[in-house]
Amino acid sequence: MKFIAEIDIMPHKALLDPQGKAVSGSMKNLGLPEITDVRIGKHISLLVEAESETEAKTKVEKACRELLANPIMEDFSFSLKSA
Amino acid sequence: MPNSVIRVGVVVFPGSNCDQDMIDALSAYPEVSVNKLWHKEHDLQQSDLVVLPGGFSFGDYLRSGAIARFSPIMREVIDFAGKGGNVFGVCNGFQVLCESGLLPGALLHNTSNRFICRNTWIMPEPNNSAITAKLAPGQALQVPIAHGEGRFYANEDTLRMIRDEQQVIFRYCSEYGEKADEYNPNGAIEHIAGICNQKRNVFGMMPHPERAADAVLGNTDGRLILDSLMHTLFDLPALVLDTHNAHSVVS
Repeated sequence: MKFIAEIDIMPHKALLDPQGKAVSGSMKNLGLPEITDVRIGKHISLLVEAESETEAKTKVEKACRELLANPIMEDFSFSLKSA
Repeated sequence: MPNSVIRVGVVVFPGSNCDQDMIDALSAYPEVSVNKLWHKEHDLQQSDLVVLPGGFSFGDYLRSGAIARFSPIMREVIDFAGKGGNVFGVCNGFQVLCESGLLPGALLHNTSNRFICRNTWIMPEPNNSAITAKLAPGQALQVPIAHGEGRFYANEDTLRMIRDEQQVIFRYCSEYGEKADEYNPNGAIEHIAGICNQKRNVFGMMPHPERAADAVLGNTDGRLILDSLMHTLFDLPALVLDTHNAHSVVS
């Protein structure tokens, strides 16, 4: 079976996100001062082959934990659907 | 004086760009033979010291150092370090060491969100490691940085361990050794510019000592750092340089 994983990786809430801060600042220039607290992360999609959804989940978790995200600075979450 | 040649291996990843500077700086020691180690190799060629140079390995894709960590040579480097082998990473090399888990913490985007290429002052910490052992206590050294992601970060538990084990090797400071946010170029936690592991055989730092290791360049403060490392690890004599134009500031 093939599954598509949609992965979101975000910097830890406690960490300063300089990109997000810069973009937050530019919202004022756009005339949207109502928009604040922009945080910028990554979205990764990938295809994973596995016998079951549980196995696919285990594989994606390993990929996230060991390569796609750095747990020291980032959190990750993902959803799986059949490809 | 050692009887045999000291072998230094400088790892080259796709996108490394300070490898030749490091080779030049270390080749200045007559006792040292420097080999390039391509990242796909599985053999450290009997290196006594492995150096991970600066640059942009794999284009800094995903995170700086994240992909380089999985290069075949890194399995050997991690194994070598585990057996007590000496490993030194500068800039991107430091990022690779943190991503590999050989050093604690991580390097985040600079708080300014800018790539910063300029001289900084750093203060060696008296921590009983080879890289600082021969440096004058309290003497700030001028060493350039060139990075976009150099803000050292570790969570509170890791930071406590780093403090308890005295793993900090350099902190950013002023010319006179004063530590304050204005002298911290990237927002690194506790002004940390470099650390070592608990066993003191793995060293990482963001500033580039190899770029300040030749009198022709007008600054040999980085040579003092390389001298400390090579002298302490291998009993090599310090290089006698024409320091006429070099900075030497005592706080």
